[in-house]
Amino acid sequence: MDFTTALQILDSTVRLSTPLLLACLAGLFSERSGIFDIGLEGKMLMAAFISAAFAFTTGSVWLGMLAAIVASMALSALHGLASITFRGNQLISGVAINFLAAGLTVLIAQNWFGLGGRTPSLETGARFESLTLPLADSLAGVPVLGPIYAELISGHTLPVYFAFACVPATWWVLYRTRFGLRLRAVGENPAAVDTAGVSVIGMRYAAVAICGLLCGIAGAYLATALQAGFIKDMTAGRGYIALAALIFAKWRPWYALVSCLLFGFLQAVALRYQNIELGPITLPGQFMDALPYILTVVILAGFVGRAIPPRAGGEPYVKER
Amino acid sequence: MTVPAIELIGISKSFGPVQANKDIAIRVERGTIHGIIGENGAGKSTLMSILYGFYKADAGEVFISGQKTEIPDSQAAIAAGIGMVFQHFKLVENFTVLENVVLGAEDGRLLRPSLAKARRELKALADDYGLNVDPDAVIETIGVGQQQRVEILKALYRQADILILDEPTGVLTPAEADQLFRILGRLRDEGKTIILITHKLREIMEITDSVSVMRRGQMIATVKTADTTPTELAELMVGRKVLLRVDKTPARPGDPVLEIEGLSVTDSAGVARLNDVSLTLRKGEILGLAGVAGNGQSELLEVLGGMREGRGTVRLNGKPLALSGPDADGQARRAAGIGHVPEDRQREGLVMPYSAWENSIFGYHRDSRWQNGPLMDNASITANAREQMERFDVRPPDPTLAARNFSGGNQQKIVVAREIDQGPDLLLIGQPTRGVDIGAIEFIHQQIIALRDQGKAILLVSVELDEILSLSDRVAVMFDGKIMGEGPADSATQSGLGGLMAGLAGDDTQAMANWTLSADATRQVGTPSVEKIEAQLAEKHADASKEV
Repeated sequence: MDFTTALQILDSTVRLSTPLLLACLAGLFSERSGIFDIGLEGKMLMAAFISAAFAFTTGSVWLGMLAAIVASMALSALHGLASITFRGNQLISGVAINFLAAGLTVLIAQNWFGLGGRTPSLETGARFESLTLPLADSLAGVPVLGPIYAELISGHTLPVYFAFACVPATWWVLYRTRFGLRLRAVGENPAAVDTAGVSVIGMRYAAVAICGLLCGIAGAYLATALQAGFIKDMTAGRGYIALAALIFAKWRPWYALVSCLLFGFLQAVALRYQNIELGPITLPGQFMDALPYILTVVILAGFVGRAIPPRAGGEPYVKER
Repeated sequence: MTVPAIELIGISKSFGPVQANKDIAIRVERGTIHGIIGENGAGKSTLMSILYGFYKADAGEVFISGQKTEIPDSQAAIAAGIGMVFQHFKLVENFTVLENVVLGAEDGRLLRPSLAKARRELKALADDYGLNVDPDAVIETIGVGQQQRVEILKALYRQADILILDEPTGVLTPAEADQLFRILGRLRDEGKTIILITHKLREIMEITDSVSVMRRGQMIATVKTADTTPTELAELMVGRKVLLRVDKTPARPGDPVLEIEGLSVTDSAGVARLNDVSLTLRKGEILGLAGVAGNGQSELLEVLGGMREGRGTVRLNGKPLALSGPDADGQARRAAGIGHVPEDRQREGLVMPYSAWENSIFGYHRDSRWQNGPLMDNASITANAREQMERFDVRPPDPTLAARNFSGGNQQKIVVAREIDQGPDLLLIGQPTRGVDIGAIEFIHQQIIALRDQGKAILLVSVELDEILSLSDRVAVMFDGKIMGEGPADSATQSGLGGLMAGLAGDDTQAMANWTLSADATRQVGTPSVEKIEAQLAEKHADASKEV
């Protein structure tokens, strides 16, 4: 493998990691507050469709993004209503959202555009363009570092940079602000937060809203930046891979970056090579697709340190009698 | 007359059909320690939860320092200067002490300035009241005594003038409890008002200035502590005369029933829970096992009861018991003549949704008495259960009622009745009176002594040192899976046992006549300090947490 190929795979890794990272951080906010969210997939899918539909209709990628965020947050509100206010089962609510999104997106797309469940291709202006960072062109000639800067770091769309900036931002919010302290506490012991005079319900809704916001951006990125338009089931399990990455990351922001890059890399490799020749063994591309899940099982089995989820995760908060 | 710190008028609260508080009125004077005493379910905790805004009262008024105050939530209670230390601590286990103190009382959106300020204030509070805790320690690595101090610090950091403590000594060693009382005394002297909820008469007499008695949701009386006696308070609590002392004749021990030699247990995480334990128990005697929860007492009961495997030798009436393999189960133990009242009656002693008559034969359900061909003889089981319930004063004596519908004391009576009625040679009994009312405690104690007087052997495990001392003939103290010492109950003292429960044999301990102290107990001059005891227990606590 030469330098150019390696660079291309890494470049593709960055692009493929972005939706995983956004969804993973979305899940991090929600799960740190004690609300398990298996509906990342559904929210991303809905956001992807809505962003493509609105971007196509209005011609503005930003209106598409805005609509996607609104749609994703609406689904989040639904999840919050079911699991926080009505203390329902969080897994069931999440699964319901996934089914709802899978069905609704195709149904509405067919009704609006009549293209068999997809949106028309998006033109320039209706999708995010690559940004060229300052000096990228002039530095491209510098050996090794030049191409890395020009290809790998420069030349991505705005949401990519946003997603990577979200990592330190999330860390800062979580560990350096009052909101973060309360968020972490409410996922560990909501009774402690309640008796300290802070609203458990308010904290959890705030977390779920942030989750919806980030999922909305992730979905819009898929349809208006990574690709140009919405196709049926275009999230292709990314919501689940993001959940796997979250466990892999032990619910921590910097670890989330590492695990999302790793899983994005596996996707990039699988995308480029159908089969991988390793001496006498040939690994099928599907193996790469399955690897994130296999790695997660390894982590959960406790081989590589322990992944301890937030202690109050999945449990609706009820004041004790 | 001065304005009281707290005045409640006409407080009522119902949970469905259950009236937990009925027209409660109480006055608590500023700068006093006010005790609230009552049996389980008397409504003490409900009343305090209303005062702390955890529940909303159906009717009634709250006056704080003479001002009528609405307390719709905990935030309002904190604003009114009320702090509460719950029985089950409300701490975030993987946060540091500092983070727990600051949570909900931050000064601004950014954390660092809040934490820095809290660190300074904590230092000042520690100096003022003797509330020493390492601010950077993570909660799950410190002992319960220190965790409780964090709860008190939380309240003081929020400028609480009124501090409510719900059953604060349940988890403490005697020395830690004394230390807590000293702190509370100091807080009172600084002008704070303290409400102490407890069911222990000794604590009320020791530390409070006045005391209110609750019974069945009603406030029965409020008196000055100096003007009352434990006997009078107990009568007010229960509504009839009770014996506070256990009446018993001296034991007449006979032949050994249970001989334990070199018994060890290692849990699934590889941590030694029992380490080379040897004990002998004779006919007609009660051996009490004292210790802080989690030091091997539970494991010992479980091995003897056939619920856990162990290594070593255990003989019952001279015959060795299987400690592992298929014969080491509860069925075989019961057949051999061991009755077992487990520590956790709701999980291990009863099947809560099942009726009392079904529960009355569990463990003995294969007995031919209850069979009718291939079927169970339900009619005779029910008849037997009804008779048993009447004899053991289970209320109501209705065998068709589900176990969960009985109160804690009556549930315990069902289990005790089942095990005692089989006439076991050895009765294992864990926490016989945990969560049980005074009236029922008296009854259960009488039953245990009656069994002893029939010449049976009883192994008693309890976290209540008072219970161990009043019921046992001999006492053994466990720490870190080992026996630290054993001797007659008559010569044992609270302070002597307290040190031994942390593996420390100070002067008090060595002064206990006819006691045999293990070589593992650290000899020392003087009385072990609270700090030393806590350090010992916290080290143990850290070990125990590795299991998770």
